[in-house]
Amino acid sequence: MNGPPMNSVDPLLSVRDFRLEFDTFDGVYQAIDGVSFDVAPGESIGIVGETGCGKSVTARSIMGLLPSPPARVRGGQILFDGEDMLTVGEERLRQIRGNDIAMIFQDPMTYLNPVFTIGTQLVDVILAQQRAKPRAERMTRRDARDHAVEMLRKVNLPNPERQLENYPYQLSGGMRQRVLIAMALSGRPKLLIADEPTTALDVTIQAQILDLIDELRADFGLSVVMITHDLGVVASVCDRVVVMYAGQIVEDASVARLFDHPAHPYTRGLLASVPHPGRPATSLSGIPGSLPNLLDPPSGCRFHGRCALAGDDCLQPPPNTVLAERHKVACWRAMEGAGAVD
Amino acid sequence: MLRFTLKRAVLMVFMLLGLLAITFTISHIAPSDPAALAAGPDANVEMIERYRVEYGLDRPVYEQFVVYLGRLLTGNWGKSIHTTRMVWDDLLAYFPNTVELVLFSILIAIAIGVPLGVIAAVYQNRPVDHMIRILTVTGVAMPMFWLGLMAQLYFALYLEWFPLGGRIEMMTDPPRDITHLLMVDALLQGQFSTFVEALHHIVLPAVALCFPALASIIRVNRAEMLETLNQDYIVNARAQGLSTFRIVAVYALKNAMLPTMAIIGLRFGWMLGGTVLVETVFDWPGIGLYAVQAAISSDFEPIMGATIVLGFFFMMTNFLIDIIYGVLDPRVRDQV
Ligand SMILES: Nc1ncnc2c1ncn2[C@@H]1O[C@H](COP(=O)(O)OP(=O)(O)OP(=O)(O)O)[C@@H](O)[C@H]1O
Ligand SMILES: [Mg+2]
Repeated sequence: MNGPPMNSVDPLLSVRDFRLEFDTFDGVYQAIDGVSFDVAPGESIGIVGETGCGKSVTARSIMGLLPSPPARVRGGQILFDGEDMLTVGEERLRQIRGNDIAMIFQDPMTYLNPVFTIGTQLVDVILAQQRAKPRAERMTRRDARDHAVEMLRKVNLPNPERQLENYPYQLSGGMRQRVLIAMALSGRPKLLIADEPTTALDVTIQAQILDLIDELRADFGLSVVMITHDLGVVASVCDRVVVMYAGQIVEDASVARLFDHPAHPYTRGLLASVPHPGRPATSLSGIPGSLPNLLDPPSGCRFHGRCALAGDDCLQPPPNTVLAERHKVACWRAMEGAGAVD
Repeated sequence: MLRFTLKRAVLMVFMLLGLLAITFTISHIAPSDPAALAAGPDANVEMIERYRVEYGLDRPVYEQFVVYLGRLLTGNWGKSIHTTRMVWDDLLAYFPNTVELVLFSILIAIAIGVPLGVIAAVYQNRPVDHMIRILTVTGVAMPMFWLGLMAQLYFALYLEWFPLGGRIEMMTDPPRDITHLLMVDALLQGQFSTFVEALHHIVLPAVALCFPALASIIRVNRAEMLETLNQDYIVNARAQGLSTFRIVAVYALKNAMLPTMAIIGLRFGWMLGGTVLVETVFDWPGIGLYAVQAAISSDFEPIMGATIVLGFFFMMTNFLIDIIYGVLDPRVRDQV
């Protein structure tokens, strides 16, 4: 009998061959096409890719947050703790949101309700989480308030008691993101999805927020899905990276592997466009061209139109090659030109 | 909040002075020679001069204005020719009826319009939304007096659910005046049957009057809800597991209510001055009827009186809306 290998754990989140499209006036927009990746308990993965490649759509799909219509799931599974998020239904999703999976977003300025105090919003969220629990274990409003203060303290917000009375506009962007993180983690979720949580913030604040997420991750035993187009962020907080291009995953590797042995030409292009001490990014090292039109996606590899190495075989769907234990790539030319990045 | 309120109050005093300056100008300066007008066509120069002195028309304009304000403050608003009573007493008799009617009407419009606006937004482009749209288009397109007449025909004459018109039955003793609002006074004095009777009378005219306001409240609230429901903070609220009801009815609605409040205030002001048709159809003893009768008989003082009262209440409404805005939106409140 062959049991599972000793070191492999069931993934906490397993996205399998997920497909999603949008109905638009111009036609069907095939936003996500066969995306698969796993997140192990306690693991932190990054999803990178240029703007419009489908990172946010993937993230929101995990939580069932995309409005349908226009969004339509065409296939696949999103298994969280064994439950398929695509089929559990709105009622169950609502229990999972906040209690098991939480999300923070790009622009802290707009994700808090402007006409309610921080305290009201935080307490509301905490009380909403209670409905998933048996009656005897539910927090009262008082408890919820105390918990809110405790959460604000955890995210290092000064004067947490006083902040409860403040309105969002009275807080800076960094402080608001801390509030949103406190809100997201108040239900002790197992998975935190962070959709570009630092993009809208000053550089110094960015580092603080990333440190905070890293710290809380250890503290709460969180798994993290960090969405970003900043490979620097990935390097600082992720264990593994998934590279997305035009609604597909082109490469999946541990951070160290990806930076040292990028296999997909697109990944190499991304790495080359990161400014580096001693080798400033030039427009030459960026990737020429732009994302293909997903109303009518190119056949085969979706990157072939921009790829310097493309040939006729690239018009066929690329094979999924396992290059190493934790390194997969979908490309006909996976190893050619490797080492283009020093 | 206190500073905010005070600031609005001061602003309102100035607007009121502006209004009075206008009515003053119309009544004291605009007639080429008010003294000659007052003295009559057959008066000679001497008589006109006497009038000029008697009415203080020989004094500097600002002094006349102060005297005018003093007169208004002491309740001396002149006399009505066609009712032969003091304008102040007339206004006190008629205006509260209009206020009651309009208040009741706007409450109906809010109570129905806000939920319908929300429902239309939540079910955008579904059948419910289309049905609600038919209602709003009807509300805008139907003339109020026609709606009133139809309501009278059907609900009063045919079904006999409601009286045809009037404020209360002829035989009923109205309650003693406290607030001058009949229904409130009846309640205050425990005359419940009078209250119910007055309520019975107010329903049809109030419903007929509310349609245009109802239509705009639904339209504005729907549009605002649609916009609010698309905001990032709604996505966040959903991501945090809040219930749909709480998200729609609390998180989104409070934001959408800001512009909706503005339209409610505006509509309320318009309704105050636009009741005459409904008052005519339902024989409602309100200021609309009073002012129109005064206008028909070229009765000058009541018209000016009605203008001041309506203008004042229009401003009061805007003031109140500002305050509610401040209560609802912390950003407005603090940006004094
Ligand atoms: N509601 C929608 N209707 C139609 N198309 C949509 C909708 N939402 C997203 N899309 C499309 O799906 C694609 C992927 O969008 P997504 O927001 O996931 O990009 P992203 O990778 O997160 O980019 P960014 O880095 O800019 O956040 C985009 O091209 C976008 O136009
Ligand atoms: Mg995005």
